Amino acid sequence: MLRLKNTFSIERDISGCGLCGIINIKKVKINGENIKRAIALEHDRGNGLGGGFAVYGAYPDYASLYAFHIMYDDIAAKNNVEEYLKKNFVIEKNEPIPVLKISKILDHPILYRYFMKPKSDREDRLFHDLKDDDFVVRSVMVINSQYDGAYVFSSGKNMGVFKGVGYPEDIADFYMLDDIEGYMWTAHNRFPTNTPGWWGGAHPFTLLDWSIVHNGEISSYGINKRYLEMFKYSLSLKTDTEVITYILDLLIRKHGLTIELATNILAAPFYQTIEKMDPPKRELFTALRQIYGSALLNGPFAIIFGFSDGMVAMNDRIKLRPLVAATKGDFTYIASEEASIMEMCPSPDIVWSPKAGEPVIVRTENVKAKNIVQKEEMVSL
Amino acid sequence: MLKNEEELVITIDAKGMYYKELNKMIKDGIGAGEKKFFIENVNGQYYLGDGIQGDDIIITINGVPGNDLGVFMDGPTIIVNNDAQDNIGNTMNAGKIVIKGNAGDVVGYGMRGGRIYIAGDAGYRIGIHMKGYIEQIPVIIIGGKVGSFFGEYMAGGIMILLGLNISDEIAGDYFGVGMHGGVIYLKKKIDFSKYSKEVEFSEADDNDMVVLKKYLLEYANDLNLHYDEIISGVFYKISPSSARPYAHLYAS
Repeated sequence: MLRLKNTFSIERDISGCGLCGIINIKKVKINGENIKRAIALEHDRGNGLGGGFAVYGAYPDYASLYAFHIMYDDIAAKNNVEEYLKKNFVIEKNEPIPVLKISKILDHPILYRYFMKPKSDREDRLFHDLKDDDFVVRSVMVINSQYDGAYVFSSGKNMGVFKGVGYPEDIADFYMLDDIEGYMWTAHNRFPTNTPGWWGGAHPFTLLDWSIVHNGEISSYGINKRYLEMFKYSLSLKTDTEVITYILDLLIRKHGLTIELATNILAAPFYQTIEKMDPPKRELFTALRQIYGSALLNGPFAIIFGFSDGMVAMNDRIKLRPLVAATKGDFTYIASEEASIMEMCPSPDIVWSPKAGEPVIVRTENVKAKNIVQKEEMVSL
Repeated sequence: MLKNEEELVITIDAKGMYYKELNKMIKDGIGAGEKKFFIENVNGQYYLGDGIQGDDIIITINGVPGNDLGVFMDGPTIIVNNDAQDNIGNTMNAGKIVIKGNAGDVVGYGMRGGRIYIAGDAGYRIGIHMKGYIEQIPVIIIGGKVGSFFGEYMAGGIMILLGLNISDEIAGDYFGVGMHGGVIYLKKKIDFSKYSKEVEFSEADDNDMVVLKKYLLEYANDLNLHYDEIISGVFYKISPSSARPYAHLYAS
C-alpha cells in the first residue's frame, strides 16, 4: 500500500462528506463537467482532504481489458509492481494518467494506468486455477497489502477512478475530467473523520467494476473486516469505506445474490419490521440476517454504489445521512443536497428523498455504450 | 443589488454567490433599514437569514436554499417558492418560514418560537427537541407526509400534520418517541398501535379546534390553499402521557 506521507492532521474531526451521481440508462455519454459542478456546490461538505470520481464507459477502446490505475510513492515501487504485472498480465498499453499541474494540487504520487489481461500461463496457475476476475481481485489485494508504496485504485473494465487529496473540483481539473466521457459518474467530497486524508483514502473505492462513494461512518467496521478476511480480502487502506466495496463483491459476484438482496443485507430491516412481513418474505429476511449478520453495516451512511450496468443509492436504516434523487428523461441524479441536483439539471421531472434503508436501483437498458469500438484484435489476446 | 423604489423591494441575484456574501448583503440591507428582499437564483447557499431580527422583514427566495435556512432567526418572515433542504428553522426563536415545495430532514430542530409552514412533504426527524414556554409557542405545519422520528423528544409547541393528497402512510416509525410536552394534531388517523408508548391519542375537542383554526387559517392564506377544505372534518390529537416519562428511572 501507499506510504502515508501526508502532513495533514489525523485527529478526529466533525464529519460532513458530500456525494453525487449521474446515470443515463441508454448509456449516452456526457463529460465530467456536470458532475464537477454538482460536487463543487457541496464544497463545504468536505475539507480538502479527499475528492474523487468514478466514470463508467471511460475506456471504450480497451473495453475488454482490465484498466488498472495505480499510485506509486516512488520509481522503486513502480518497478517492483511492474515486475509483478509483467509476470502475470499481458499488458496491452501502459501510460502515465494524464494530469494537469495546477496550483491547488501541490503534491501527488506517480499516477499510472495499465490496460491488461491476466496471462493464461501465469505462475499462480501452478497452485490455483482462478478465473480472471478472481485473479484480478487477488492481484489488487497482493499489491495493496504487500507492495510498499503502491496502491491500485481502479481495476475495472471500461471504467476508471480519478481521485486524490484536494477538493473534488480541483481534482477534476487535475485529471482534466472535461475530456473524459461516461454514461455514469459518481463523485465524492471527503471530510475524513476517523482516518487520515491520504491519496488512497479518497473515494470512490473500487474493486473490479464495483465502486463506492460513502458519506458516514461504519461502526461495524471490525466485524465486517474480520468477516471479509475469512474470504481472503485484505483490508489495508486505513478507512471504513473499503469494506462496503468488498462486501458487495462477495455477495454479488461470489455468492451470486441479486443487488436487491445484497442491499437488504447491508441495511437489513430491523427484526421488529421482519416480524410484520408475510411468512415467505419473513423467512427469507430472517435467513439473510442469520447468514449474513456480519455483513450488516451499522452506523450512519449514505452511499452510491456503481457497477457497469447501473447504480444503487441508499441510506442506513434510520436515515442519518442526507440523500436526494431526481430523474429527467433517461437521466437519474443522486446527491447529498437537492441544490446539487439543480446544478446538474435545473428542471427535473421528479425529485424525491429515498426512504431510510430502501435502495434506489437504476439499471441501464441493455444497449452497448454509444461510440464503443470493439477492437477484436484486443479481445483475442 | 436592485432597488425598486415603488415597492421598496431589494432584489438580489444570488447566482453563483457564496453564502457569506449573500448573507452579508441581507444583513447590511437590514442594517440600512430595508424591509423587503427578493432573492433569485438561490441554489444551495447555507444559513440564509441566520440570526436576523425584525418582525417586519420579509425575504422571498426563488430557488432551493441550502441547509440551516433561518437558523436562530428571531422575527422575520422567509418565503421559499421552491423546495428547501435540511435543518430549516434550526433553533429558531420567532418569525415565520413558508416553504411552497417540500422540506428536507430535521425541520425546526430545538425550535423555541415562530412558525414553519410547509406545503408539501417533510423528511425525517421533524420537530425533534422542539420546546415551548408560556407565550413562546413554536408551530410547524406540514401539508403532506413525513418520515420517521416525527416529534422525537418533543418538549413543547404545536405540530400539525395534514397528509393532504397522501394515499399511503403519512408518517414513519418512532412517532413521538420520548415526547413529554407540546401537542401534535393529525388530520388523518394513523395506526397508533405502532407508535410510542409515551403518548396518548384522542379526538381534538373545541379548545383544540380554536388553536387549529387560528394557525390553519394563516397556513391556508400563506400557501393559497382552501381553508374550508383543510379545517373540515375531525382532527386527532397526540399528547404526552407524562411530562416526565423517565422519572421512574431516576427518582423512584
